[in-house]
Parts: sequence; structure tokens; C-alpha cells
Amino acid sequence: MEFIKPNVNINFVGNRGKAFIISGLLILMTVVSLFIHGGPNYGIDFAGGILVQVRFTQPTDAADIKKALAPLGMDQSLVQGFGDKKNNEFLIRNERSGLKLQGLSDRVRTTLAKTYGQGKVEVRRVEMVGPKVGKDLREKALLAIFYAIVMIAVYISGRFEQKWGLAAVMAGVLVGATLLVQALLTAMGGDEGIAMVLLILTALVVTVGACWLLKLRYALGAIVALIHDVVITVGVFSLLDKEFTLATVAALLTIIGYSLNDTIIVYDRIRENLKKSGKQPLGETINASINQTLSRTILTSGTTLLVLVCLFILGGGVIEDFALALLVGVVVGTYSSIFVASPVLLLLPEGRPMVIRRSAPAKAAAVRPEPVAAQAASTQVSAGKAAGAARQKRSKKSPRKGKRR
Amino acid sequence: MPKNFFLKSTLVAVVIILALLYLVPTIGGGKLPAWWVNTLPSDRIRLGLDLQGGMHLILEVETQKAVAASVERSSQELQRKMRDDNIRAIHPQAGKDNTISLVLLHNNDRSKLEDLVKRDYPDYAVTSSQTLEDGKIQMVLQLTAKAAKHIAEQASTQALETIRNRVDQFGVSEPEILPQSEGRILIQLPGVKDPQRAVALIGKTAQLEFKLVDDSVNPATVTKATLPPGDEILDMYRRDHASGRVDKEPIVVHRRVAMTGATITDARVQMDSQYNQPYVSVAFDSAGARQFADITTRNVKKRLAIILDGKVQSAPVIQEPITGGEARISGDFTMEEARDLAVVLRSGALPAPVKILEERTVGPSLGQDSIDRGLLSMLVGFCLVVGFILLYYRLAGLFANLALLLNLVIITGALAAFQATLTLPGIAGIILTIGMAVDANVLIFERVREELRMGKTPFAAVEAGYGKATLTILDANITTLIAALVLFQFGTGPIRGFAVTLSIGIASSLFTAITFTRLLFDLYLHQFRPRRLLI
Repeated sequence: MEFIKPNVNINFVGNRGKAFIISGLLILMTVVSLFIHGGPNYGIDFAGGILVQVRFTQPTDAADIKKALAPLGMDQSLVQGFGDKKNNEFLIRNERSGLKLQGLSDRVRTTLAKTYGQGKVEVRRVEMVGPKVGKDLREKALLAIFYAIVMIAVYISGRFEQKWGLAAVMAGVLVGATLLVQALLTAMGGDEGIAMVLLILTALVVTVGACWLLKLRYALGAIVALIHDVVITVGVFSLLDKEFTLATVAALLTIIGYSLNDTIIVYDRIRENLKKSGKQPLGETINASINQTLSRTILTSGTTLLVLVCLFILGGGVIEDFALALLVGVVVGTYSSIFVASPVLLLLPEGRPMVIRRSAPAKAAAVRPEPVAAQAASTQVSAGKAAGAARQKRSKKSPRKGKRR
Repeated sequence: MPKNFFLKSTLVAVVIILALLYLVPTIGGGKLPAWWVNTLPSDRIRLGLDLQGGMHLILEVETQKAVAASVERSSQELQRKMRDDNIRAIHPQAGKDNTISLVLLHNNDRSKLEDLVKRDYPDYAVTSSQTLEDGKIQMVLQLTAKAAKHIAEQASTQALETIRNRVDQFGVSEPEILPQSEGRILIQLPGVKDPQRAVALIGKTAQLEFKLVDDSVNPATVTKATLPPGDEILDMYRRDHASGRVDKEPIVVHRRVAMTGATITDARVQMDSQYNQPYVSVAFDSAGARQFADITTRNVKKRLAIILDGKVQSAPVIQEPITGGEARISGDFTMEEARDLAVVLRSGALPAPVKILEERTVGPSLGQDSIDRGLLSMLVGFCLVVGFILLYYRLAGLFANLALLLNLVIITGALAAFQATLTLPGIAGIILTIGMAVDANVLIFERVREELRMGKTPFAAVEAGYGKATLTILDANITTLIAALVLFQFGTGPIRGFAVTLSIGIASSLFTAITFTRLLFDLYLHQFRPRRLLI
């Protein structure tokens, strides 16, 4: 069975302008949505507050629950039905900063038991986070995403361009500077939350800039794609008015890993094809590489999405948002590894990414006139079926000619 | 036979057997034969709090209050010592920023005081002294920063120890109590049945104090202005048994602490046969017993207030000297409250109040729900992926599916072997791994297909496909591993569980997808020598 024909040749690189516009619009959507909603909708993990999941033995409704909680000053709470309606299960959420949290979970338990009767309410889950912890967690989450991106930049630069030293120095300076600024911020006090966001943003811009200046092309492409994926996922969450929790951050970090996985597989092909493509324009090599890996990209995303949909539908309320974040991230990550990460390689001047190879150059020259060379002749990237067929025919006659590494 | 066939198949066999051995305890439940428990792995997979239910707390010890209490004690002690040394001063008062301020009546007492401070209070320094208009001298002593820090640290350590004691007596299996940065304490109580009680027990400061009641003052009419110096007004709580209402009434006591609960060696619940009320009887060590005897001897017919965390429990009249080293704390306790009070008194007072910064509680029924739903989505997801891969790659798909199954066995086996904690996001991690693990095989198979299209024989195509795809697979997976490691570093509890299963999943999928399926291919190719490969 095949979904993608082996000789498929879609002009991804040629259409990169359109892709950039789509990405730009999606990012714009994120910014606008965040702006309208006044920043991310932090869940209690980050904002501080209390969340109680209760199940009642008899039907009740949100208004009644709020009334019952009024003595605690919690009548402004957000009360939502949870899961199946016949379960009489509710989520009570309150992120009001003025709330006295000390012993609050206890008071909620006793108050509900008093109103509905002992044994008629089951408190199934309580999450109470003090504002201080919330702030700490927020900073830790941002730092985690930041460190993940920096470490990955180092790894990619090392693996793909043999610039381990350069990348490590860059990362070291960046991390050092971040720590320094962070220490300064702590010393100065003030609203660290906003300062932290700015700090991370600056750090990311500097990272991208540094990759650009140091001509770490692959790292640049991968990081741009990562930021792209994370930002758009955040945007979709903001648009749907979903809450940002620790689980969401975990999902974002996983998306970083997953999206990169996809990107690297395409990059690997590009690197491989570059060794044998001779004078073929870089754009064509990249496009051919994307097409050659397309089947795999679709298939893997497909199976991953398949299980994520299962998790989303069957996993239950506690894990629902986590699964949703991963779903969005995998879709965006797949898109970005095709339409963003690779075309970005073309953005840098000086034509083509350098390939420093360890193996003998003579060998590479010998295998040069293999499949992609057939496409080199055509000006536009459209080798099409003819080239593919020719390639197959020739291969059949002399199977031994196939190159080995 | 293929190259390294024996080595590879032995390796695969060993891994499978090990994984299965570690899995048996989890699957078999608690019914393992004795010889198995004695010789083979018997640890089951540990479930996180979100799956088995339980409580996660982060407490902050308000160490500043411990420091303030120490300054308060010093100021009371200083007053006594000044009296002994004939230093005449208006009584010292503990103030802000760990200071003690006092006013000397005579200028010539000044050097005497400085000597006293140098001799008995090396942790204090005179920070200011100014001569007032009437010739008196206002002096301020301050606790040095180093000493304050030391007291704070001591308070943290002691709080940790005390809480550990209390939790041990509460009877939770495998509690986890860990110090965190900034004087915070992390407490995990798996499977705790009554979270409310646990919080009350852990969070109670249990600062027991005995103070003499000043009966010369009428508590009903006294105001702050008419309060004699050295006295304070406290509240005494009484529960009306008929209505269940709690009333408080003011009571005036001497501020000086006659005795604390520091010397308590034991505390037990007993029943008062007369009123059918539980009370807590406490026993002091010999020094404490002497002190208690001394107080009760000197104050017969006076009332002694028993104060717990600033609330007067009772204020009985001392009928006769109590020399047996035992005191009785009665109050309006239920049996359970009395029992918990005994626990906290036995384990000692917290040196400072604690504040709950974070609480996460999951009821056992919700945990079971999460397990059921997690397993269901895993099963359905697995079946869908397996069905799809079989359809798409046929024979090779079968190999990939066997690898996937083995992958699951290895992940769960590894979880049991490393005693890593499985959480709900952890289950999600396994589910995600199912989706992503086939990736390695997809990469390989797509390569093999490419090679076949170029006209290679099945042997050569498989060889080339594996050879070329392996490095790509490694590169791609290492980045996910980096993300997982960062996640592990960042996360707590459930999230960490996700990072763990994701990492184990990546490692094991590399093994199953590359080594295991290759072995199957080699076997198949050598056994059947097919001319066409079903892929």
C-alpha cells in the first residue's frame, strides 16, 4: 500500500512564499488572540488559586454550588460540569488573588459537606497553588522551554555542521548572560513575571541572530521552526480559551522534540543529497529531499495523530487538554518541517549550507550522477514522472550499480 | 547464518526475558509464590499520586517567626538577668527586625548591660543608644544576621524532623518527605484516606505553653489601656455540646511563659470517666517534671492556663502541687482530635508555623478512573496503529508490530525495574511512544522500498535500508531525548513521570525498531530466501 507515490514531486520550496504568508498569519493570530485575552489564560498552576473536582450523589447545578460556596467568598468561582452529565461531576475553579488560601481546601470540603449533607459529596481532586509557587512555576516553565531550544541548537549545529565548539560557546555565553540578567532581576525585585517574558524573548531573538551571524544554518532553520510551532500552539490554545497548566508546558516541550524529529529527518536527507548533487541549485536539492521523505513524514504523523486522537477522546477530562496541545503541536510540527524548517535554509546568503565531510571527497564525486542529477537539468523543480521512470528503468538493468556508503 | 546472528538473538532473548521477569509482579498482583519473591524481582510498577490517589503538599516553614520567637524569649530572659545584675531598666521589649529595645534608668548601668550582653548574649549587638531628655538611656540590641540565619536553618531542619515523626505516626505507607530550596518541604502521602486530617496533623504548630492566669483582673471589662503591664488577653474556646456552637471568652494571663511543652516525653489519650470526655495526659522528662512541680507548688489555688498555638484550651485551678511529672490537657476534644493532639505533642512542636504553598489531592476513585481510561486509550490506539501498519507494510508491518509489542513490554518492564513512577501523563507518554515508535520502522521500510525500486535484491535492499536509516533515526531521537531530559529537570510529579516514560520509550523503541526487526528480517530472508519482499 502507498499513499504517496515514489516519484511524487510537489514544489514545496517554490511555494514557500505562500507558506510563509500562512505561517505569518497564524503567528499574527496568536499575537492578536493573546492581546485580546490579555496574555495567556494561566491555570492555577501558574496563576495560583484553587481547583476542586467534586462529584455529587444527586443532581445539582453550578448556581447551587456557587451559592453553597458563598460563605467562603468563592461565589465568583468558575463552576463547570465535568465529563458526562449524569455523573453530577463539577470543576470549581477560583483564581482570585485576594482569596485566603491557607486551609481553603479544608473549608471547601466542610462547607460542601454541610450544604449537601455528609457522604453526598465526594471531593475527587483538589489542587491549590499559592501565588508564590505559581510565579516560580511560570519562570521555571519558560526557562525549561528556553533551555530545551538552546540545547537543541547546540546539538544540531554540532551534528550537521561539525561546529560543536562554536555552538557550545554560543550556548554557554547565552545561558551565562541569561543567568546574569536573571540574577540582576531578582536583585532588583519588581514585576519579575513580565521581565522574565521579555528576557526569554530577547534570548530567543539573540539565539536566532547568533545562528544567523555564525551561519549555523541548520540550527537556524530548526529553531525558527520550533519557535513557530510553539507560538502557533500557544495561539490555538489562547484562541480556544484553554488554560495553560504544567501539562500544557510538558506538551509544548514534547512538541519541540517531536517537531525537531521531523525536521531532522528532512535535514538528514538534504545533507545526504548535497553530497551527491553537484551543481544542482540548493532549492532543488531541498525540494527533492522533502519529497523523498514525504511518505515517511505523512505516515509517522498519521500514526502519532491516530493515538493522540484516541487519547483525546478516551483519555478523560484530566488529560484532555494535554492531548489537545499535542494534537495541535504535531499537526503544526509536521507542517513546519515541510514548509518552514527547510525553506529557511535558503534565507541565508551565500547559496548553500556548507557540508564538511569526513569521508574522502573522491568517493562522493564517483556517486554524483545518481537520481537527483537527472533533475539538475530542469530549471524549475519539476523532474516529474519522466525522470522517476527513467531512474527506475536504469536501476533495474544494473542493480549492482546502486551506491553504498 | 547472518552476521552476528547468535549475538543479536541472545541479546534480544535476554532483554525479553528480563522485561517479562520484571513485569510478572505487576501483572500477577500480590499472589506470587514465596520462591519467586525470594529469588526474582518482586517490585510492582509504582503508581504516581494521580493514579493511586494521595496527597502532595509543599509547605513553607515561616522561619522568620522562629527567629522572632527566639528574640522574644531572649528579651524575657534578659529582664530576669538584669534584675539579678541590679541593672535598673524599663522592661525590655522585642521589636521589629529582631531587635530588643529597653530604657536604662541610670547612665552608670550602661557598661554593666554591655558586659551582660557580651557575656550571655554573644548573638546580640548593641546597635544604638541615645540619651533621652530625662537622662535615661534608650538602648537597642539586635540579633546578628548570622545568628538569625542559624536559627532559621535550625528551624527548617527541626520542622522537617518533626513532620517526619508526625507522618510516621499517621500511618501512610511509603510517605515521601523532602527538603526543598528556600526552607520549603515537599510531602507526598500516597493513598491517604482523610486528607483534611492529614493537613491538620502536619500543619499544626503544636506550641504548648503554660501561663499563669491573672485573676486580679476582670477579663470582661479589661481593655488594652487598663491591662496591667506584663499581662495579655487571650481567647478561651468552649464548645457548647448541645448546639455544637463554639464560643470564645477572653481570659487574662501573665505574658511570662511559665513552662513550654519542650520537655514532653509522652502524650496519651485518656477518658475522663466523670464527664465521659477524652483528655490528653502528657509526661515530662525529669527536668520538666521538676519545673512543673516547682510552678504548681508555688501557685497552689491559682489558675494555670494551658495554651496550644495561642488558644487557651483550659485554665484549671491548681488544687495541689503536681510532682509526678504529668499534666492533663482537657478541652472540648472529640476522640479523634484528642488522638491527633497526642500525636503532635509526642512528636514535638514545630519551631515555627508552616504555611501550605501547594496542595494537590487526588481521590482514589479518580485515580482508578484515570488508570482505566488511560489503559483504554492505550489499547485502542495500539490496535489502530497495529492494524494500519499491517495493512500498509504487510509482512514487514507484522515485524514492526511485533517490535511495537515488545516495545510496550520493555517500557513497562523498565518502569518496574527502575522503580520509576507511572503517572497519568506517563501513560500518555507511553501512548505517544506507540505512535512515534513506528517512526523508526517507517523510516527503515521507506528506505528499503526505495532501494527495492532501484532494483536491489531483498537482501541488499534490507541491508542498505537499515544502514542508511539508522543514523537518521539516532539523530532524530536524540533531540526528543534532549527535550525529555529538560522536561525531567523542570517537572515535578506527574510531568516527571511523562518525561521518564518518554525517555524509556525512545531508548527501547530504538532497540526494538533497529535490532529486533532486523533480526526478524535476517531470519526471514535466510529461511525463505524470497525473491520478492512483501513491504
